[in-house]
Amino acid sequence: MTTVTNGVNVQALLDAREVLRGAPEAAQFTWRASSTWQNGVHSRTTIQNFFGLGQEQNHKTEAVFDADHPEVFAAEDNGITPIEYLLVGLASCLTAGVASVAQNRGIQLRSVQATVEGQHDIRGILGVDSDVRNGFNDVKVTFSIDADASPEEIEALVAQSQKRSAVFDALTNPTNVTVEVA
Amino acid sequence: MADRAVERATAVVIGAGHAGLAASHFLSARSIDHVVLERGQVANSWRTERWDSLRLLTPNWLSRLPGHRYQGPDPDGYMTMPEVVDFIEQFAVSVRAPVRTDTTVQRLSRTDDGYRVATDQGLLDCRAVILATGACNVPVVPPLSEGVPSGIRQLTPFDHGELRELPEGGVLVVGASATGVQLAAEFRRRGHPVTLCVGEHVRLPRTYRGRDVLWWMAESGVWDQRYDELDDLTRARRLPSPQLVGTPERTTLDLNVLRSMGVETVGRLAGVRDGRALFSGGLRNVFALADLKMRRLLDTFDQWAREHRHDDEIDAPERFPATSVPESARLQLDLGSGDFRTIVWATGFRPDYRWLDVPVLDAKGQLRHEGGVVDSPGLYALGLPVLRRRKSTFIHGIEDDAREVVDHLTRYLGHGARHRIRDDACCSR
Repeated sequence: MTTVTNGVNVQALLDAREVLRGAPEAAQFTWRASSTWQNGVHSRTTIQNFFGLGQEQNHKTEAVFDADHPEVFAAEDNGITPIEYLLVGLASCLTAGVASVAQNRGIQLRSVQATVEGQHDIRGILGVDSDVRNGFNDVKVTFSIDADASPEEIEALVAQSQKRSAVFDALTNPTNVTVEVA
Repeated sequence: MADRAVERATAVVIGAGHAGLAASHFLSARSIDHVVLERGQVANSWRTERWDSLRLLTPNWLSRLPGHRYQGPDPDGYMTMPEVVDFIEQFAVSVRAPVRTDTTVQRLSRTDDGYRVATDQGLLDCRAVILATGACNVPVVPPLSEGVPSGIRQLTPFDHGELRELPEGGVLVVGASATGVQLAAEFRRRGHPVTLCVGEHVRLPRTYRGRDVLWWMAESGVWDQRYDELDDLTRARRLPSPQLVGTPERTTLDLNVLRSMGVETVGRLAGVRDGRALFSGGLRNVFALADLKMRRLLDTFDQWAREHRHDDEIDAPERFPATSVPESARLQLDLGSGDFRTIVWATGFRPDYRWLDVPVLDAKGQLRHEGGVVDSPGLYALGLPVLRRRKSTFIHGIEDDAREVVDHLTRYLGHGARHRIRDDACCSR
């Protein structure tokens, strides 16, 4: 019916929504990453498998992510800073949302650019001032979207993508985190 | 049990609020013998489960029941709770509803040819039942309330006695529906520091282009949208009540108004950890969602006015400023500091079906029904959100729903009678 081609298989997502409504157990996913210390503050994290739809699943290929710190931190800069990975996650999650919502609403996208800025006072992690938090103080995402839609429809796309975003939720709401030694 | 007298009626209506009485009106019109069972008095929830200052959200001219409308001097005003009770009582009298007050239903179960209603006054067997027990029997309080330190008093909108006079100090109001914004404003006027936790909400101006916003909802047909025409019925049914208040001044009570009164807005309450309330950092987006939705609704109104050539009689289109985002919304609050003494959970209500012994609830405890026709032959419901239309839970919204549900019930009884005759014929052969 729709001739919009943003490359998102919305029908599959809508079908999944129907199926999982009656099978909440199949909706339980576990995402995994495995990290190995290299040297200094450089680590390498690989991601290959996850659990979902009731069974073990694999990505087509293993993905490898180097994380390090820049030279201004007296490090070797073998990869991006861990906290920058949060920006990667947020930008890609919201962008995926924009594309999906646009497809579902019959809006043809031509280009979607997101710039993400996280304001970070590093006195927290350095222990300079215990009143300063370790994480971001503020995160700002700016979208530039070229699409067959009114400015209001584009605003609504971006709002809806936040409403359904896993990473937006994970960053804006508290999450229980357990860290233990095996 | 066998020697205990069991009374019979064709139909039983449970609840003598506006919904049950409207059902009674249509049952009488179709000569279906029935009784209306009421645990307390007519309009019981309006008498006992509403806070003092509450007024109806709908203007008087719109508050109508089948054959019964407001006759007073102030058609544009909003009824106080005692006025609502009077209004519904008058309706009960005018339709001569066979109400049995002080009769609490303890169990509803299936029988071979209908239902058995066990009440504290005895047993009643019937062929059909209409559940008109309301959508707001129990305040919903989220499980995270368990983490709230014991020194904080936790109240719900049902605690109207205690809401009358709160302990001095700050009040955290959780939820920004009609209930949440009205209570936040009231506490602020009484001098309390008030912080309001805002999740997804429905923003509406009280008046638009000089008319009550509910005039627009009714006239433009938005309120008549049927449950089977909506894109996302589940969502429509879960929608919080709109940020409206009925006051003689017909003022808007949105978050900008609250902020100008000195109410602090924070994000959705996302957790309580180590005695600290943690708020979502997504406040800006819930504002954006509500502003966008309101603007789309106003566009719908404008388009309707244009198409129906009302533009000359109505004021010019208006647009309202976006909800202003606090410079830096607080992300947490120390509940142990002594600044905050009270939390009011304005986090919604749910029906109470503990007495319902018919398997018609889904995994989330909601009644399984198709436009009020419950998933068990001869069982019906009225007065639930978007039961058959967007207006279903408003007083004037009950007439169309009650008529259609009783029509279905009447057809059901007719079919049932035919089946029974056929069964009898089988047996006698």
